[in-house]
This record gives sequence, C-alpha cells and structure tokens, in this order.
Amino acid sequence: MSLTPYVPLVVLFGLATVFAVFSVTIGPYIGPRRINKAKLEAYECGIEPTPTPPGGSRFPVKFYLTAMLFIIFDIEIVFLYPWAVAFDSLGMFGFVEMLLFIVTVFVAYTYVWRRGGLDWD
Amino acid sequence: MSLDMFGHDPWWLILIKILVVFVFLIVSTILVIWFERRVVGRMQHRPGPNRHGPFGLLQSVADALKLALKEDIMPTLADKAVYFIAPIISAMCAITAWAVIPFGPEVSIFGHKTALQITDLPVAVLVVLACSGLGVYGIVLGGWASGSTYPLLGALRSAAQVISYEVALGLSIVAVFMLSGTMSTSGIVASQAENPAVNIFGLEFNVPGWYAILLFPSFVIFVISMVGETNRAPFDLPEAESELVGGFHTEYSSLKFAMFFLAEYINMFTVSAMCTTLFLGGWRAPWPISIWGAANTGFWPLLWFMGKLVLLMFFFVWLRGTMPRLRYDQFMRLGWKVLIPLNLVWILVVAGIRVSSEQEAGTAKTLIIGGVILLAVGVIFFYPRRKQYQAPAVADLGVGGFPVPPLDLKVPPSPRTKKIAASREATGVSASTTTEEEG
Repeated sequence: MSLTPYVPLVVLFGLATVFAVFSVTIGPYIGPRRINKAKLEAYECGIEPTPTPPGGSRFPVKFYLTAMLFIIFDIEIVFLYPWAVAFDSLGMFGFVEMLLFIVTVFVAYTYVWRRGGLDWD
Repeated sequence: MSLDMFGHDPWWLILIKILVVFVFLIVSTILVIWFERRVVGRMQHRPGPNRHGPFGLLQSVADALKLALKEDIMPTLADKAVYFIAPIISAMCAITAWAVIPFGPEVSIFGHKTALQITDLPVAVLVVLACSGLGVYGIVLGGWASGSTYPLLGALRSAAQVISYEVALGLSIVAVFMLSGTMSTSGIVASQAENPAVNIFGLEFNVPGWYAILLFPSFVIFVISMVGETNRAPFDLPEAESELVGGFHTEYSSLKFAMFFLAEYINMFTVSAMCTTLFLGGWRAPWPISIWGAANTGFWPLLWFMGKLVLLMFFFVWLRGTMPRLRYDQFMRLGWKVLIPLNLVWILVVAGIRVSSEQEAGTAKTLIIGGVILLAVGVIFFYPRRKQYQAPAVADLGVGGFPVPPLDLKVPPSPRTKKIAASREATGVSASTTTEEEG
C-alpha cells in the first residue's frame, strides 16, 4: 500500500500548524500593550507569588508513578490491538496466547495495587 | 466501502475537504460554546446569553473577537520559547485528529466519486489516540512554562488524568476491533451495518449491529473515560476554580488562551465523533429512519452524523449542569481500580465467547466453564484486601480544645542569650540570673 492516503493527513496537520502559529504570533500585535510589574508576575490571587526555584517547583512523586504505570498499560494496549484485529484468523491459539499475556499483566497489576501504588493519598 | 477507495482523490478535492472540515471545526466550536451556555443557563433557570443576534447566537463570535483584541501577556518567570509553543501543540493535535473521522458514504462531488472523509488508514483509530496523547504535551509544557504554582499543579493533574483515562479508553476499544476486525474508521462503520447472528450456548440470535448494544460494557467505559479524557465536568479537576484558579492556562491570555480553549472544545468533538463512529453506527441512520431506503446514501448521512454528535455534546453539557466535581483520589481510583480491571475481564469474556462460537459445542462448553472457574479463582486469589480504616491520631488538645504546649516545656536558650550569658560570665555576673532577667 502506498503512502498516498497519508497525504491528506499531513496537509490537514500543516493547515492546523499554520493556523495555530499565525494566531499565536499575531496575538501580541493586535492587542494593546500596557504592561506593569504586577501584571507580569505569576498570578496567585493577588498576593505576592510564592518564590519558586528556576525550572519549576517540586511536586508529588505520585505523578511520576502514574506516568510509569501508564507506560506499562499503554504497551499492553499496543500488543492487544493487532491481536484484536487479527482475532478471527488466530482462533483458539490466539485466545490462549493472549489469555497468558493478560494474566501476566494482571499479576503485575495486583502487585502494584497491593503495594499501594494505585492509592492516591 | 473499503480502504482502496482512499488516496485517489485529485488534489483540489483533498483541499476542499480539508478546508470544509477545518471551517466546520472552528464554526462548530463557536456554536457549541453558545449552545453550552444556553443549555446550562436553562438548567439553572436563567436565560443564558440572549442579547447579541437571534437567541444570542453572536455572543460567542463577540467573545472570540474580544479575546483576539486583548493584551497578550508574557509573564516574567515564563520560559519564553516553551510558553509560546505549548498552545500551538494543543491546537495542532486537536485539529489533526479529524483527518480520519468519517462523515458519510461515497458521494459524487463535481463528478468525482469520493468518500465524505478526508482520508482513512489501516490504523485510523490509532491516529486519533496518538493525537490525543500528543495533545497532553501542550498541557504539560504550558503549565510548566508559565513559571507559576497553580498552572504547574493544574498541568500535572491534567496530564495524570488524561493518561490514566487514555488507558481505559484504549482498552475499551479493543472489543470493537475484535468484532469489526479492522482499525480503519470507515471499516468500523461498515461493520455495524449488518445485523450479525450471534451464537450463544448454541442459540442463534439476530442482534442489532451497533456496538453500543453489542458491546454495552465497552460503550459505558468509553463514555466515562471520554469525559475524563477531555477534562470536562464532573472530571474537571485540572481547572477546579476553587482550588487551582484556571488550571494549566491560568497565565495565558489573548489568542494563546483561545488556542487552548479551541483545543478543549475540538477534543470534545473528537471523542464524541469517535464514540459515534465506534459505537453508535457512525453516519448510518438510526433504526426507525433506516427503514427508508435512501437514508444511507448521498448527503443525508451528514445529518445523522451531526445529530448523534449534537446528542453527545448535549450529554457533555448535561453532565456539567448536573454533577458535582469528584475528589482527585476518588477520580484516580475510578480510573485505575475499576475501569481497567473491568475492561481486561470484559475483553477476555468477549474473546472467550467469540472463540467458543467457532468451536464445536463440547469444546465451547468446556471453554466457558473453564473460563468461569479461572475467573472465580483469579478473583478469590488476587482480590485485594480492603485497607483497614485507621483513626487518625488525635493530637493532644489541652485546655479549651486548643493545641497548647505542655506546661513543663523546656525551651532551649537562643544563641543570642547564650552569647550574652557567656560575655557576662566573663565579667563575673552569673549566667542563671541573666536568663531569668531575659525571661
């Protein structure tokens, strides 16, 4: 199969990019420009902004954990998709293979659950 | 309909289709903002916007113009380049996803036969998932680059939420792929056209072709996670006004903010269109209309498609007008501990039924009984223990219920006192008297 069906996708992507870049670029030119110090400070409901180190402040490690778990499950999904599409031609063999795979992931999932990896607080 | 019919359009037809879809997205964003405000207004016993144009239809146009003419602020602490790029990424990914949404069947435009769909790929659904996945970059980078506390927290919440619910969303589609045997959007719509005969326990059933009926649990999971995926109420924690001001776009103004806003609404359309395509029969007419032979030909399907889209948008607005916001830990628990295991089990059940319908009756029965036993064993063996509730340690409250320091508290002398005491000791005055005088 040639790459031709992908061309319209790329064209739409290009159009979207041009539109977004254009809008964001002309923003400062068509609006007024009356800057003062308070306006340029980080917004914190009117009080002095919290001093933060350059590169962003610290945040809970839970977010990293969620991201790692996401990658594991996303890989699982990536493996499930081709299997699901070809399911009818694989028959019994495909079913048992995927059963083993899902059970394996499920063991890891239960481990994470029991260790408290899925509790937020 | 097959994949072969895509990729042969002349260049001008491609351009027309792309421009129409693009304009449709922008215009419908404006219309839906008006629609949302009107409907939420009605739900709260107030008229909503009704001043500009008939029924206040021009309110959103005025808002968009006003937004464009506002001052564009670049905060001092912002990372200039990333702050600039983030809204572009968001809008770009949101719009690109529409390249594979099927609007209708094959029609003839200026004598050319073409499908009402920009393009279709063997991996079309993956393109949509990829676009929503890449859109997270816009949110995270925007929040981080603002150099402010609220946007950072909002962005992190938003990212964690979108990726958590993307897992549930992705898993709920697997059952659809299994039944349709394809990942192309037009193929999935075509596969919902017939009324397949399903063999359960040796009995033949003629079921309607919509996957919303055939795979009802998948449909429910998809609808829940599509609301979570788009950060809408009741899952709008990233922009919980009472906690985080505006979430990741707090520091954004003018057209940069407009890009984020546009991306949010287009993402709502995208998930609604995906829900229509995957579960509600796509552009095919719903049952009473489909009796009319011409319902699924020509440009009529556009109407059914839009109708389903508007219904789903109404559902979004309805949720916003009805449901209170969830707490963050409850929300994450729903995603990770309920939707994902439910999804995995449901996939296995669908696979088991599908495989057993192909086998002889004896094997099928063994398979189903074996599956049920395996499931029961798994649940019993792996069922996580409920966490014991531990009463929080009550702090020692002294007189009157206020936390007071104990009466015999020994406060160590401050360095200044020590220094003074040392200097006085050198001149012959006793240290103890000094401390008492100071106290």
